[in-house]
Amino acid sequence: MSENRKETAIPVQGKEAGPKRRRPRNAKKTIGRLLSYIFSDYKLSFGIVMLCILFSTLASVISSMFIRVLIDDYISPMLSLADGESLEPYFAMLFRALTGVACIYLAGVVSTLLYNRLMAAISQGVLKKIRNQMFSHMQTLPIRYFDTHSFGDVMSHYTNDADTLRQMISQSVPHAFSSAVSIVVVFFAMATTSWQLTAVVLLCVAVILNVSRRIAGKSGRYFVKQQRALAQANGYIEEMLNGQKVVKVFCHEEASRKDFDRLNDELFESANAANCYSNILMPALANIGNLQYVVLAIIGGAMAANGMGGLTLGAIASFLQLSKSFNMPISQISQQVNAIVMALAGAERIFMLMDEEPEPDNGYVTLVNAKYDAGGNLTETKERTGLWAWKHPHGDGTLTYTRLRGEVQFFNVDFGYTPEKIVLHDITLYADPGQKVAFVGATGAGKTTITNLINRFYDLADGKIRYDDININKIKKSDLRRSLGIVLQDTNLFTGTVMENIRYGNLEASDEEVRQAAKLAGADDFICRLPQGYDTPLTANGESLSQGQRQLLAIARAAVADPPVMILDEATSSIDTRTEAIVSRGMDALMKGRTVFVIAHRLSTVRNSDVIMVLEQGQIIERGPHEDLIAEKGKYYQLYTGAFELE
Amino acid sequence: MIKKLLSCVGEYKKDSLLAPLAVAMEVVMEVLIPLMMAHLLDFGIEAGDMRVILRTGAVLVAACMCSLFFGISSGRYAARASAGFAKNLRRAMYYQVQDFSFSNIDKFSTSSLVTRLTTDVSNIQNAYQMIIRIAVRAPLMLVFSLVMTFTINGRLAIIFLAVVPLLALGLYYIMTHAHPIFERVFATYDRLNNVVQENLRGIRVVKSYVREEHEKEKFEKVSGDIYRDFVKAERLLAFNAPMMQTAVYSCMLLISWLGARFITAGSLTTGELTSLITYTMQILSSLMMLSMIFVMMTMARTSAERAVEILSEESDLVNPEDPVKEVKDGSIVFDHVNFSYAGDEEKLCLKDVTLRIESGQTIGILGGTGAAKTSLVQLIPRLYDATGGRILVGGVDVRRYDLETLRNQVAMVLQKNVLFSGTIRENLRWGNAFASDEELIHACELACADEFVAKFPDGYDTYIEEGGSNVSGGQKQRLCIARALLKKPKILILDDSTSAVDTGTDARIRRAFREEIPDTTKIIIAQRVASVQEADQILVMDGGKLAAIGTHEELLQASHIYREVFESQTKGGEDHE
Repeated sequence: MSENRKETAIPVQGKEAGPKRRRPRNAKKTIGRLLSYIFSDYKLSFGIVMLCILFSTLASVISSMFIRVLIDDYISPMLSLADGESLEPYFAMLFRALTGVACIYLAGVVSTLLYNRLMAAISQGVLKKIRNQMFSHMQTLPIRYFDTHSFGDVMSHYTNDADTLRQMISQSVPHAFSSAVSIVVVFFAMATTSWQLTAVVLLCVAVILNVSRRIAGKSGRYFVKQQRALAQANGYIEEMLNGQKVVKVFCHEEASRKDFDRLNDELFESANAANCYSNILMPALANIGNLQYVVLAIIGGAMAANGMGGLTLGAIASFLQLSKSFNMPISQISQQVNAIVMALAGAERIFMLMDEEPEPDNGYVTLVNAKYDAGGNLTETKERTGLWAWKHPHGDGTLTYTRLRGEVQFFNVDFGYTPEKIVLHDITLYADPGQKVAFVGATGAGKTTITNLINRFYDLADGKIRYDDININKIKKSDLRRSLGIVLQDTNLFTGTVMENIRYGNLEASDEEVRQAAKLAGADDFICRLPQGYDTPLTANGESLSQGQRQLLAIARAAVADPPVMILDEATSSIDTRTEAIVSRGMDALMKGRTVFVIAHRLSTVRNSDVIMVLEQGQIIERGPHEDLIAEKGKYYQLYTGAFELE
Repeated sequence: MIKKLLSCVGEYKKDSLLAPLAVAMEVVMEVLIPLMMAHLLDFGIEAGDMRVILRTGAVLVAACMCSLFFGISSGRYAARASAGFAKNLRRAMYYQVQDFSFSNIDKFSTSSLVTRLTTDVSNIQNAYQMIIRIAVRAPLMLVFSLVMTFTINGRLAIIFLAVVPLLALGLYYIMTHAHPIFERVFATYDRLNNVVQENLRGIRVVKSYVREEHEKEKFEKVSGDIYRDFVKAERLLAFNAPMMQTAVYSCMLLISWLGARFITAGSLTTGELTSLITYTMQILSSLMMLSMIFVMMTMARTSAERAVEILSEESDLVNPEDPVKEVKDGSIVFDHVNFSYAGDEEKLCLKDVTLRIESGQTIGILGGTGAAKTSLVQLIPRLYDATGGRILVGGVDVRRYDLETLRNQVAMVLQKNVLFSGTIRENLRWGNAFASDEELIHACELACADEFVAKFPDGYDTYIEEGGSNVSGGQKQRLCIARALLKKPKILILDDSTSAVDTGTDARIRRAFREEIPDTTKIIIAQRVASVQEADQILVMDGGKLAAIGTHEELLQASHIYREVFESQTKGGEDHE
């Protein structure tokens, strides 16, 4: 497994997934793991399914062999009767035999129904379980996982991989089992009828397998090519349509058509070839089967005519039927093999996601609502008091409560997203409770990285961070994060109403509280102007809203969480300066006495901070309030006066 | 709808006709082969006549070869026809979209356009291939096999007349009942994908607010819905196979019983009995195929409708007859202009705007979110048509210009900037395909892009990733400005195009504009007062109306909005003024 992880740890750029492995690495292990899902919950049903498949297959094999019995044991004797002898006793016998066969058929039909219905529940149940486990495990993975895997790849585990898996469990597995059963049964039936003819059939099977492998191989190669061409054409379509307005503005329609035609023609070539080979597979196999029939008839006829092998007319007729029943499952299996191999590769990818190491959390200090009791001691309480405390259990079994004040200290912190490239060097900083701390610096200077360390999206390479004098590694991650309200530059909204989106910050908030938060964030104004106000549904990350409006919602979401510490990462970058002033007033009121971290490109946003940290290449090069930094006439001064550019 | 789609078959008409023809021949062969096999059994083997065996065998081999030939041909023609049809359809749609105006694009939304050109076309391609092969094959097979059974023995064949309608009815019942459930399952799948996608995109929000449990609940609810509906649909489908088996088995039993009767009565041979059984299988399995086709066709119908919607969408902005091919100068007049994206007089987002801009002036536009700044400038290159009133460029109504002429002279840098995958040079040449290297560099110097481009190891040959993800926001904006400058336009519009550029560079770009392209009319939308302060006229927009117009000094006196914005940006910042 360690090898696999190394491979997936390569950062993935862009949306296009690389070429997928079509073959599983360790098929045996994957099959075992899949079976364990089936057996853990559906042991009995699956046993019944196997039994039913057996019955159902036997019934259908018997039906194809019955014709031999019919001709040999009933019709031929009847034909050879002397004139005038009554046929009725024979027909009575035939009637009894048919009744018996009918019973077997009935059992077969009932078994088929039973296993199909059971299988529906099993395959869907297993799939649901895998799906839920996969999602639930994904929630525990560290941010690093999401950095190194493209969304498209992860999504495909839920769509493509899960779908091939569903088809395999619900169709390929029963088919393969029933094919195997009929191959075995029919083979014995054929072998007992005539070993010579059986040898001929085996020869044909070898030819069938060979031909299907050749054609399937060719077709597979072209399908890969087609997928690539399709991805290219679709990628081009997507890029161009996303920039369609630019195309219009630059009158670039002709050029865009020309490029499109080239890709479209390439796609046609490979699609044509791929489909062509897959289309001719079936007629090829069917006609090899037909040829086999002729060859068998000639050989069988010659043998019967020469009295070799004791073959009767009925035996030949039934052997011919049998040989057809033998070819069908073989070509079926040869088609299933591809599906099974692909599904196993998909299952393996799913299991790989499930085997990813979850975010470690050894924290034991938790966050609780607190109040001062009569004696002036800090105690735990259920209701929200606006006062929080760290509940700190000690080795000797005692508990201490430390008031949450929002003091954050960095001591000589080093950090890099990869060990080779350190992005933060020796960062030491103190943020006192109630302070507004701003980070300023060029893209890549490490501003966002610092906040990512406070909430432990990533762990430090060296140094330590203390939060209210507690090493943050000791704080339970969920409690640490609950104490920090974060508003990111790229706002993410969820499908649901405006109300639900704001409430995401605090699931217990009443409608009134949500409105209050929206007012604080300066969002109430535009929300009320939406067609359905707070009940306006948002879809596709709120595509109907402007970027500025989305940011206002994200701020409202943080405001309703009412956190002790707030981190605003370029949270107002798309909001015009007038509205920003309103937002800023609201947030200052909310966060009075609490700690706020602000990251902003626009210097007017950070000007009124208590302390401004200027970062350059992962180091703090200047720190102090606005006036001091201006007086210092250093980098900040240059930035502020526009003498130096931020990129 | 069908007619529009069929027009895309184009040069693949021949393949589209030959494919079903070959299928028909293949079916004829497949129907004849069992008959010959019966002949071989009866007159060859039973009679012990080796000559008949060999002769019939030879005919059979020839028939197999024919069948193989037709099978392969039908496969090849069908592949070519369907891939070709998809190619033409995709092209027709893509070309159509190229003719779309902004409001056409807005109507569909980009993501929906992309799905229609990708997924929907693939669905239609598969359906088309199925129609020209299996949809021809199944009914033909059914009819031919039925005819054969009747020629072999009319009285026995009556069995099928009883069984076939019953089975057809049963299959129809199952399919029509399962189909709506499957539709629901697919819709639920979309919801599931949506939950996963939003979760992935917003994973930092999820983790920051410790909402993992909440997300799990959301997911498991949808996942449970899928399970319930899917099981329901599959349990219904589970009746398919047993029903089919019941039909096959009853036919077999009846044929066995009656066949024995007929054979003893001398009206049927044993060989004919075996071929009857083969036909039984063919008849019933073609019924099964028909029911599958029925389902798949209803699924493809939605895709076809979505594709045709694009093909039949007419661009609402077309070149006028006898268009004006020259833009005289860069003057602009707005004459009582009203505008609504929906073309609806009730929902105007621009109300009664009248203003006059002289050629070569620099115009600043300021206003809050939703003030309709972008809407105003988009009317100048006629990206949209005004709902009321008129716009004159160079003294001529924009609706009288040749669109390409107008847009080449009115260069607009959009707010939502896009660079395309390709080198910087290729991207810049969008502005002018024949620009020399000197011209490229000069445009970049004006846009203050040259310095950073020169610093890239590959310079102007640096490859830009899709969407320009490997350059910073400010760099992207400056490249987009350079691209527009290469058009050498008479009017240049910057829609908030320097928001990510620092103030110093912003000022240098403006200075370059003033000094190097003094004759070009420059319209600058900005958030920062500093960006528009020196303009000849500043327009203050508010709620779709022109709230104030004037120079910086005039507006400081006359417009409280302008004053407020100015103060919010300069408060406490006197140090650098």
